[in-house]
Amino acid sequence: MLCDSSVPPTAFRSVSQPSYLQQRIEIHKLRQGDNLILGFSIGGGIDQDPTQNPFSEDKTDKGIYVTRVTEGGPAEIAGLQIGDKIMQVNGWDMTMVTHDQARKRLTKRNEEVVRLLVTRQSLQKAVQQSMMS
Amino acid sequence: MGVMAPASTPGLEDDNWGETTTVVTGTSEHSISHDDITRITKDMEDSAHLDCSRHLGVALAGALALLAFLTPLAFMLLPQLLWREELEPCGTPCEGLFISVAFKLLILLLGSWALFFRRPKAFFPRVFVFRALLMVLVFLLVVSYWLFYGVRILDSRDRNYQGIVQYAVSLVDALLFVHYLAVVLLELRQLQPQFTLKAVRSTDGASRFYNVGHLSIQRAAIWILENYYHDFPVYNPALLNLPKSVLSKKMSGFKVYSLGEENTTNNSTGQSRAVIAAAARRRDNSHNEYYYEEAEHERRVRKRRARLVVAVEEAFTHIKRLQDEDQKNPREIMDPREAAQAIFASMARAMQKYLRTTKQQPYHTMESILQHLEFCITHDMTPKAFLERYLSAGPTIQYHKDRWLAKQWTLVSEEPVTNGLKDGVVFVLKRHDFSLVISTKKIPFFKLSEEFVDPKSHKFVMRLQSETSV
Repeated sequence: MLCDSSVPPTAFRSVSQPSYLQQRIEIHKLRQGDNLILGFSIGGGIDQDPTQNPFSEDKTDKGIYVTRVTEGGPAEIAGLQIGDKIMQVNGWDMTMVTHDQARKRLTKRNEEVVRLLVTRQSLQKAVQQSMMS
Repeated sequence: MGVMAPASTPGLEDDNWGETTTVVTGTSEHSISHDDITRITKDMEDSAHLDCSRHLGVALAGALALLAFLTPLAFMLLPQLLWREELEPCGTPCEGLFISVAFKLLILLLGSWALFFRRPKAFFPRVFVFRALLMVLVFLLVVSYWLFYGVRILDSRDRNYQGIVQYAVSLVDALLFVHYLAVVLLELRQLQPQFTLKAVRSTDGASRFYNVGHLSIQRAAIWILENYYHDFPVYNPALLNLPKSVLSKKMSGFKVYSLGEENTTNNSTGQSRAVIAAAARRRDNSHNEYYYEEAEHERRVRKRRARLVVAVEEAFTHIKRLQDEDQKNPREIMDPREAAQAIFASMARAMQKYLRTTKQQPYHTMESILQHLEFCITHDMTPKAFLERYLSAGPTIQYHKDRWLAKQWTLVSEEPVTNGLKDGVVFVLKRHDFSLVISTKKIPFFKLSEEFVDPKSHKFVMRLQSETSV
């Protein structure tokens, strides 16, 4: 499998969108008992049905989307919003992974901080509006 | 001069009439004649000439059959007639053999009647190879039996009557096996499909595909013709060409001048090519005219057709079948013919206009329409059933015999017509105004492999969007 190498491909750039439409979010995990939680839920993946995704613009998009953000959780504090598409996690690509692989990448036990690269439709709209005005 | 020789072969054997046809031009036949009239008169002469050769074939076949039938009886009767006193008495075995001979001959008779004594469906241009083969076989068989009989039994006056009867029985058995061979060669071999024939009519491109087994070219031609008459829509010469208004004169605008060239020997093809190329490059709108003309014609046909359908529907409502309980004045009761005439008047005009628009009017006379109407009324058909004959061009066999059922076809082939069909063989069946081009393709050899599917292996899962909290 392509993505299961030990070195995160930090040189990977998402080629579909220019950099000003993406946001980097750093989440510090919260320890709850034996688990480290991030405080949001994900949906999507290449093994899932993309037509049921309420947040994607393109119904064939099989990327990972944020479906819920718990109030007061680490993700909300860091600025993650519902409907964000997660492009990278700590340098690992998330646009072509299965649902389970995405979950595993986010819940690695030895990582306390995850750095996400997300994109958001509202960002795109804001940029377009500013460009038009 | 590939004329279909009118010689039929109802009997067992089909004989030397092939030698007396006028068709023999080496091993190939080509039909080159362009003049209808001379061809038709030549046909009539040939048919008259070949009649006697056909009868000769039948007579020979019948004679051989009779000989083959009577031989076993002769074998058994001759010793009784000639040297009865010297024969050893032969009790039960002989009686058993007599019975078996009687029944086998009866079976042979019935089998031959079923197989051979049929009305021939066509006259072949060349001798039918299998029949000739069978005839020769029977002849050789009978002759060799007679030979041995003459030498061993008649000359030496053999006493063992049982042996003689058994000899006769063995001949009958051999004849039954020849009959079996005839069934296999003439009937069974061609049943399994081996080739696909494509028949295309040269004038309007109507085409069909047929599957046939191993046949010779002439037999395949007859098969195609039998199917042609009920599959192909009738040949209508009026529907062939684009209307004159569409085909504009394409090359009228160009003249070719040669500047300074003195030799014009090799310039003619060059000139015509230049004209064609220039005409092709010139922008012409004849396709536009064709399109609009077609659309307009289509519209007209549909309108006329609608009027016709309405008229016929209305006409059919005017009559009904007489029920027994109705009490009607005898003067008012009509037979189908009169009923047809009564309602024909209301639809006649619409029918005529429709037929004229679709250029079918030569095919349907008023008499034929009346007859068809009478037929439909007799059989309680609806107006739609009455109209199906007119709304679409039917196969040739539907129309009146005298006009459209022609029996004279010419087979044009580069290979000898008694050759079997092979992949890639092409032959042409010609009438004087159109022809059918037939090409052969072998049916491919199929490799069928099996795959077992366990009924329990059909399992499905829902496609869900799962949500995981992290």
